[in-house]
Amino acid sequence: MTDYNFAYLDEATKRMLRRAILKAVAIPGYQVPFSSREMPMPYGWGTGGVQVTAACLVPEDTLKVIDQGADDTTNAVSIRKFFARVAGVATTEATAQASVIQTRHRIPETPLTEGQILVFQVPIPEPLRFLEPRETETRTMHALEDYGLMQVRLYEDIAKHGEIARAYAYPVRVEGRYIMDPSPIPKFDNPKLDNSPALQLFGAGRECRIYALPPYTHVKSLDFEDYPFTASKAAGQVCAICGAEDSYLDEVITDDAGGRMFVCSDTDYCATRVAAQAEDAA
Amino acid sequence: MYVAVKGGERAINNAHAWLDDARRGDRDVPDLLIDQIREQLALAVDRVMAEGALYDPDLAALALKQARGDVIEAVFLIRAFRTTLPRFGTSQPVDTGAMQIIRRISATYKDAPGGQVLGPTFDYTHRLLDFGLAQTPDIATAPEAEVSTASVPHILSHLDAEGLMQREDAGGPDVPDLTRAPLEFPAERPLRLQALTRGDEGFLLSLAYSTQRGYGRNHAFVGELRIGNVRVSAFLPELGFEIEFAEIMITECESVNQFQGSKTEPAQFTRGYGLVFGQSERKAISMALVDRALRAHELGEDLDGAPAQDEEFVLSHCDNIQSSGFLEHIKLPHYVDFQAELELIRKLRRDAAAAQQAAE
Repeated sequence: MTDYNFAYLDEATKRMLRRAILKAVAIPGYQVPFSSREMPMPYGWGTGGVQVTAACLVPEDTLKVIDQGADDTTNAVSIRKFFARVAGVATTEATAQASVIQTRHRIPETPLTEGQILVFQVPIPEPLRFLEPRETETRTMHALEDYGLMQVRLYEDIAKHGEIARAYAYPVRVEGRYIMDPSPIPKFDNPKLDNSPALQLFGAGRECRIYALPPYTHVKSLDFEDYPFTASKAAGQVCAICGAEDSYLDEVITDDAGGRMFVCSDTDYCATRVAAQAEDAA
Repeated sequence: MYVAVKGGERAINNAHAWLDDARRGDRDVPDLLIDQIREQLALAVDRVMAEGALYDPDLAALALKQARGDVIEAVFLIRAFRTTLPRFGTSQPVDTGAMQIIRRISATYKDAPGGQVLGPTFDYTHRLLDFGLAQTPDIATAPEAEVSTASVPHILSHLDAEGLMQREDAGGPDVPDLTRAPLEFPAERPLRLQALTRGDEGFLLSLAYSTQRGYGRNHAFVGELRIGNVRVSAFLPELGFEIEFAEIMITECESVNQFQGSKTEPAQFTRGYGLVFGQSERKAISMALVDRALRAHELGEDLDGAPAQDEEFVLSHCDNIQSSGFLEHIKLPHYVDFQAELELIRKLRRDAAAAQQAAE
């Protein structure tokens, strides 16, 4: 053997994945079991996302890979290199130029458009998992739409803390039916899930699950009438590099005397703004 | 001014170069040959084959070398290679009764047809460091007996003949494949056994040990433990007959467990089954005990919530490639989630402090 098949996986495996993806698209928010393969990177490092991306890629695609919003974090670099090598597709850091974007923990700030595919890496696909550890139980709960436990949990948060104490992986309801884990994106990103023109696919390799949000799907973050959902981020801060007020910010410690600064987590968004500012100044 | 750190790619390339360098170690020490690993670290090779679920001693030895002796990393290399291999079909069931035995012991009978064969075991060695091995001593060849090619019947078949052993389901021609379909619960016994045979030795050992200490207790006798070579054959429809394509070493353990009977079954002995690639008897015995513990439900035994009796718990957590991958993924950046948590904690503290101030 001298070479791997296009995008690493053999065609039979890709067909299996595409069937699972089609089923997931047909039942938005429903977790479709699929026979996840061992990949040449560890479980928990994006094997689900990598398999979904491999099943979606065609040679004409342009791929962007981000982790924590950034194109240059080590695991994003590693996955981008993997596909550049085994699929030979073009890669980009520009959100607008990508046809497929694989992400971990963020949705890009630049609004997505029709025809784009956003692939999420998912560690624990089951939103009810930390309320009920057994898969046999949670599958039944989804089937019966038995979501009382989740409501009680959110209510308990309010009773204890005065608000829903969930900062990321904030559960959503899809088209009024399935409760879905949006993967560990900050709840700041939750509104971007709703009514997105792009196809959003979620792959959990170790847990053997794929789920999807077809374009223009209604996605609602769980809340109560008197405690409505709010998309929060670092209070009162702007990006120290590009000055953005509307982007999600990472906090960076700058010295050992409590100094810190806030910068865009989406590196492409930040760099694009800086370039535009330089052009305006010139 | 802070500039977002670039150069993840260069860092990765340099890390890989350092890893290659560190793996080779002191250049004055001769490079390790694959043959040396295969021949002299054979039990490590066996473990990599068993948990990697691929019988190939040379590749397992290569994986051990590449992994710097980290067994789980080596297993991972083998698994990632295995997944790219085409499936030609399913072999015929291996006849372990026809095994060319190098070791065979029974704890239930003093003697039985075929005899007890200690074989190359650590069992009765005194665990004293052999400082002589620090040199390169000439090792004398072990004395050899006449090779017997006779079939050695399983010890448990004698109990079976008396009707004291629970009969096993022969299974159908369509064997489920753990690697081709997602595991769903409840799982059938063939799938359970597939998961256990490639499960982590340490995890299974601890679970088996927990049953001995009373968490799902069901006393097991080692009815038989046998190690040796078996032939693997497949039926090829194009040829219309079976061909042998491999001879592999395996370890098989059958435990004998008491069963008091239920409404439908008379009192009899039941079996826990372990089968593992290579010479891996700790794993094979552990597997047999865990297999038996997982049968508690089907046998209508008291379930006391013991982990070893809990199929979903055992099968979801026994794979060390899944568990180590997920465990170690927490090394990856989580700045975004952590930032969200940070803001939440700060806000909760602000709110609490404000509430306290208002109360005072």
